[in-house]
Order: sequence, then structure tokens, then C-alpha cells
Amino acid sequence: MTDTPMIRMAAVDKHFGELHVLKDINLEVERGQVVVVLGPSGSGKSTLCRTINRLEPVDSGTIELDGRALPAEGKALAGLRADVGMVFQSFNLFAHKTVLENVMLAPLKVRKQDKAAAEKNAVRLLERVGIANQKDKYPAQLSGGQQQRVAIARALAMDPKVMLFDEPTSALDPEMVQEVLDVMTGLAKDGMTMLVVTHEMGFARRAAHRVVFMADGEIVEDSTPDDFFTNPSSDRAKDFLGKILTH
Amino acid sequence: MGPVNVLLDNIDLYARGFLGTIELFVVSAIGSLILGAILAAMRVSPVPILRAFGTVYVNILRNTPLTLVIFFFAFAYPRLEIYDLSYFTRACIGLILYTAAFVCEVIRSGVNTVPVGQAEASRALGFTFNQTLSQVVLPQAVRNVVPPLANIQIALLKNTTIAAGFSVTEAGGIYQALSERGANVFVGLLWVAVGFLILVVPLTLLQRNLDRRWSTAR
Repeated sequence: MTDTPMIRMAAVDKHFGELHVLKDINLEVERGQVVVVLGPSGSGKSTLCRTINRLEPVDSGTIELDGRALPAEGKALAGLRADVGMVFQSFNLFAHKTVLENVMLAPLKVRKQDKAAAEKNAVRLLERVGIANQKDKYPAQLSGGQQQRVAIARALAMDPKVMLFDEPTSALDPEMVQEVLDVMTGLAKDGMTMLVVTHEMGFARRAAHRVVFMADGEIVEDSTPDDFFTNPSSDRAKDFLGKILTH
Repeated sequence: MGPVNVLLDNIDLYARGFLGTIELFVVSAIGSLILGAILAAMRVSPVPILRAFGTVYVNILRNTPLTLVIFFFAFAYPRLEIYDLSYFTRACIGLILYTAAFVCEVIRSGVNTVPVGQAEASRALGFTFNQTLSQVVLPQAVRNVVPPLANIQIALLKNTTIAAGFSVTEAGGIYQALSERGANVFVGLLWVAVGFLILVVPLTLLQRNLDRRWSTAR
């Protein structure tokens, strides 16, 4: 008996007007697997990530999370999104709430946890991402790396089945990238199912079980990090790696 | 009779008048902020019929002179014989309906200043549309439009004088009583102006205070 995959995308297509951003995407992510999506900008990898919790609706095809098809907009979709953690390139912490309130808000309002339990859990998660001492500050008072770690804690507070990372380090100053990657590597080690859109090749090599390479809206390669980096089969992947790894 | 005497001799008039003004203002201010926020929520909602209602409401109320709105509730409403309301209540309803149209538009412009990522993050966490709006978008929208909201409320404070046409006791009606008493109406009106100036001060302070407190959160 096989386990149902955590994420299953089958024959997914999407257009932005004339632009065909996702072409017949078929992708499965097993429970506990860390999948890194690589590709040049404009290849559709961010869009792919955003279709999984329906922040971007698709034109056709099926997307299932933990065996359940994505429902249409409404209460059922909100319930399903609550189980999917998402981390954005631009952090998107709630600007009018403190760090602690950011982490507690969804558990209080969506999960209806009581305040004491939500706070205890929030503080524990903030400690885990190394930022508990900043809990009463507002997001704007933190560095980008700190904000992104809070955003990860905020997503984890919902106890998600799977975490989606949409270029989590692309908006960060170079010296802050590592602190965020360390948190993500820790999560991967703990067995979290993760889909990570990134340009961090080091993270892909170290933490990923699988590398998916996209170009022009298609999945071009799907292999282990070792295979992908040492022995890419497609010309587009060779070209991409050549450009990235030479400088 | 000196200018101060006009005030002191008629202090009962002034006290009753301004108390009426404050009552009208407080009720209408709270009412217009609540109704305005609800209308703004309608205007940004994904439900077409709510959006249409909000648009029609704003365009009608914003483009009607306040005196007409007030006249309607003063003279036309009682003839409709729907439900008997006091002058004070009808004055408040008129002021709230009118002012809410302006509050709605200011809050809506505030909604447009909130980055899309804020709503996306809350949807991704499992918030419903209403929760996203009430927990994340509207609080930030209102913070971004404190000065124009304060302007609207100051205008409302002065608009309460129109309720004198309703026989509601308020500061705008003081001059009538003064002239009946044979006092110097011109000086009396200057004191009314001073009274309004004093009433605006706490509003200005509140605006400054909120602006300062919320600016750190950005």
C-alpha cells in the first residue's frame, strides 16, 4: 500500500493572459520530503508554489493536498490553507501587530486556541527560530532576516502538514541569508514536508531530497540534488547551472 | 453689558447648547465610523451586489446637500409613518448616513495603501475574507488615514449645527434664544465660535496622539 502524497499536481495548466506560465505540470511530493524548485526567473516556479494553496487559481488540472482536492474559494479552502504553511519573499508580517501577536493571531482566530496556550506555543516557536527576545517589537523594527524567521514561526504556529517557501531569501541582504537557511535546514531535518522555491544552490545540495528544475513553465528535470548538480541531462539545466556556478 | 457678561448671563443656554452638540457629535461620530467601515468593506468585497450597494450609497449620500438629508428626516420621514423617532434620534440618523459616505471613501483609499502581501499572508494562514478584512486590512487601512478621518469628524462636529432646524437643542440654536432674551447676538455668536474652537482641540490632540502611536508600527 502506498502512502498518499502530501502534494499532488496533475496536468496543471495556467495562463496569465497570453503567457502560458504553467504547462502540464505533474508533481508529487511525498510526506517528509524536501523538494527544491530551481529555475531561471520567469520559469513559473513561484506561480507553481502559489497554486498549491490556491493563492493563484489554475486554469485546468488537479491539485490535491494530503489526498484532498483543493476546494473553491470559501470556508473549506480557508480550512485547508490553515494546514499549509507559507513563507513569502517579502515576509508579509502583519505590520500593525507585534512579533508575538503575529505568531499568535492565526492560532487564536482560525484554530480558536485559548490565549495562554497560543502564547506559550508562540514563545516556544520564537525561541526555536532564535528571536524570542524581540517578541514585543513591531516587524518594521527588525532586520529582514529576523522578519523572515518570525514569518517561519508564524507559519509553524498553525502546525502545518506542509511548508511552502516562495523565494524566502531573495529579498535578504547576503549576511542574513544564512540565519534563515539554518532555520529551514533544521525544519528539514525534523521531517517537515517542504517545497522550496529558491536560488540557494547550497541549500538545495545540503537539505533537499529532490531537485525540480523548471524552465518556461515546464518541469524539465526532476532528480536528486547529486544527479542534478553533477550530471544534468537537459541543455537548459546545463546552461542554467553554467551561468550560476561560474560566478 | 460687556462681552463676558453675554456669556455669563446666559451660561445656562451655552451649557445646554454645547451639551446637545457634544451628544449629537459623539453618537454620530461613532455611528458614522462604524457604518463607514461597513460600507468600505462592502466596496472592496468580492460579492458584486454588496459592491454595487456600497457604490450607489456613497454616490447618492455624498452628492446630496446635508440640509436636504436633514430636511428629509425632519419633515418627510414623520409623514412616512414608519416608526416614531425623537428629533434627536432623527438628527443622529441624518448625520450618520451623510458622514458615513465620506468615512467610507477615506477608509477605502486607506485599504488601497495596504500592501497586497498582507492579505495574501492572512489568506495563506487560513483566514476567511471577513477575518482578513477585520483583523489585518481594515486596522492598517484606518491607521493610514487618521488625518483625513479627523477632518471628516471635525466637519461633522460643525455640521451638527444644522440639527437646530430639528428643534434639537444644540449650540447652533443658541443665537435664537439669545435674541429672544434681548442679549447682544453678535457677541453671543462669537462665544459660540469660541466654544467650537475649544471642542475641536481634543479632536486635534487625539489625531496627533494616534498618528504618533501608530507611526512606529510601520
